[in-house]
Amino acid sequence: MKKLIRLSVLLLAAGLAVDAHAVLRIFATVPEWGALAKEIGGEGVDVFIATTGQQDPHHVQARPSLIARAREADLVVATGAELEIGWLPLVQRDSGNDRIQLGQRGYFEAATEVALLEIPAHLDRAEGDVHPGGNPHVQMDPRNIEAVGAALVERMAELVPPADAATFRLHWQTFDERWKSAMAGWEKRGAPLRGTLIVVQHKAFPYLEDWLGLVEVAALEPKPGVEPSVAYLNKLRAQVTGRPPKLVVRAAYQSPQAAEWFSREAKIPVAVVPFTVGGSAQATDLFGLFEDTLDQLLGALK
Amino acid sequence: MKRISRGAAVVSAMLVTVPAFAADPDIVALREELAEVRQIYEKRLSTLEARLAQYEGKAARSEAKAVSAEVIARKAVVAASQKPASEAAFNPAISAVLMATYGYTGRDPNHYAIQGFIPTGGDVTLPRRNFSLGESEIGIAADIDHLFRGQLTLSLPPKENTIALEEAFAQTLSLGSGTTLRVGRFFSGIGYLNGQHAHAWDFVDAPLVYKVMLGGQLHSDGLQVKWIAPTDLFLEFGGELANGGPFPSTDRSENGATMYALFAHAGGDVGLSSSWRAGVSWLNTSPRDRAYQDMNRLGNAVTDAFSGRSNLLIADGIWKWAPEGNATDRSLVLQGEFFLRDEQGLLRYDLTGAALSGDYAAQQAGLYGQVLYQFIPHWRIGYRFDWLDSGSHNIGLVDSGALSSFDFPLLGGFSPKRHSVMLDWTPSEFSRIRFQYARDDASPGRTDNQLWVQLITSFGAHGAHHF
Repeated sequence: MKKLIRLSVLLLAAGLAVDAHAVLRIFATVPEWGALAKEIGGEGVDVFIATTGQQDPHHVQARPSLIARAREADLVVATGAELEIGWLPLVQRDSGNDRIQLGQRGYFEAATEVALLEIPAHLDRAEGDVHPGGNPHVQMDPRNIEAVGAALVERMAELVPPADAATFRLHWQTFDERWKSAMAGWEKRGAPLRGTLIVVQHKAFPYLEDWLGLVEVAALEPKPGVEPSVAYLNKLRAQVTGRPPKLVVRAAYQSPQAAEWFSREAKIPVAVVPFTVGGSAQATDLFGLFEDTLDQLLGALK
Repeated sequence: MKRISRGAAVVSAMLVTVPAFAADPDIVALREELAEVRQIYEKRLSTLEARLAQYEGKAARSEAKAVSAEVIARKAVVAASQKPASEAAFNPAISAVLMATYGYTGRDPNHYAIQGFIPTGGDVTLPRRNFSLGESEIGIAADIDHLFRGQLTLSLPPKENTIALEEAFAQTLSLGSGTTLRVGRFFSGIGYLNGQHAHAWDFVDAPLVYKVMLGGQLHSDGLQVKWIAPTDLFLEFGGELANGGPFPSTDRSENGATMYALFAHAGGDVGLSSSWRAGVSWLNTSPRDRAYQDMNRLGNAVTDAFSGRSNLLIADGIWKWAPEGNATDRSLVLQGEFFLRDEQGLLRYDLTGAALSGDYAAQQAGLYGQVLYQFIPHWRIGYRFDWLDSGSHNIGLVDSGALSSFDFPLLGGFSPKRHSVMLDWTPSEFSRIRFQYARDDASPGRTDNQLWVQLITSFGAHGAHHF
């Protein structure tokens, strides 16, 4: 009994460890928006990130821990474009938190701030895991990060006292300046990639391609979210002989088999890009995400 | 237009200045000169007019072009910003679930019974033999306004060709402070599996303990309040007041609630790879004349009925593991629930015409435990163990010697068991094919081998699944 009491006290203490001093409590669905919110908010905000860079953002479960954190959040920062449709609506509703419901100021969607690509002309589940609003993997273009940040800082500022809002805006200005110069550097480094033909594992990179001028010849997944078979990969390899790709690109969270098989058969290298903050050891923040992405792409092509 | 008038003015001025003398040689010369000038000017005028006409035509054409381009562009912008006004614009999310099953059972499912427990009158039988359609479901859900969300789930049992109302409730969105209120018909929040729709189950049928203690699944008409504690550890407390229609309660014409439920759940993550949820629930109800059919020792049909108090305690737990929390490739799920029921009251024994009544008390228990392992993407194997204990029945009519325990054969002590294994393939989030084998010892001496092949599909709006 004593043990039980001690255990329950411990559990309770762990449970009550909510940061009561935070100016703003943010619930980010994916690491990139969590990182962005941290850049803007600095020390003053408590940022909880629902997934890690090693997890598939399509397959997240409405875990109890997510409901508990959403209950206390002032602001949910999501990707939108239906990336989180399988779990976030449930977490929002079950949290009993009126501030973060759809249509409230405490719910922010990144995808509404950027021009979406790959908006399907034909909507049918036979096409695989398609997103009606367009491809949701917008974070792979640093220009989108900037556009989302510019909107996010205003939303965050709206939810805090004026003094904190001014701090957020100052943080954002500093970040934005660094970001702009970093982008110029990346674009210079990435110039040799322009026009490079690539094969992607999942249709996760239209924004990266758009930014760096990479040309996607094919995707290894026959349909978005559907695992390729060896027979399909063979067919694909024959198909691309007319326009031989230089590179296979896959995100770090995806299983390596298909990309490695294709790389072996087609004798072209694989570039494993971090895809989000935490996707690789180097991608510790948003700058690291793009540094490492370029390192991987350029390194593989050498 | 301006140019024409200017030209005309010049010519007419010249004509006016010419004097009207006829025979004078000067006049003749002048006339000739004039005719010449007239000719020249007429020529120039006509060229000018022709050019003018040409310019005018061009201008008109380009103007028309510019206007039409602008109109088209504006129309396009307007069209893009406009959705066709229609009554369907606010259609709710609609989804449908179809389940098709092929079943093989060693024994006739129509004589299926679970020994030692008062039959629930609910859904305890097996899915049908041969090809059959499971319960199809139609779900309709939408935010009603800024305060409420509504959900309606219809189930279509294939045997009866009827429509049953599985769930129909409104839930608050804006109470805040972690509080959610639900009103209507809903799956009770007790236990773990009770809140899940059949298509989300990991096996073809419900655990035995759900069949004997909740008649398959408990949905009640009433009010539910849930509160999430403001802690990083997930702590949820809930209570329900309901009109006890379904098992273990009975329909009673009373103004007050006749079924009460309380539940508490805790949950969280352990590292990146594991997450868990555990809880306890209590269900209290007072059935009146909860009748069931049995056969006495002489082989005559009797109607027995229980009236009294029924208390049910449930402990549930689930633990999920996936490497780095990425369940796409591999994952493991352990899940189990333990039920303890205490019923006390009167049992009526009714052989047509002659009814006897005596005390009744029973403490019964049951559990299931299951493990699911996803070994490669889209493929899972699973094993489930079911165990029930009919426990101790104290039947007053037997103790007093008025009747013998053979007059209550269904209540004879037994410990039903079942082992189930399954393999399923989930090619997408919307379809699943499952193979299941079960060795079922639900009643003594009637070991049954059951084989199921099931196709579960859902289409329409993309639903979200609970943990």
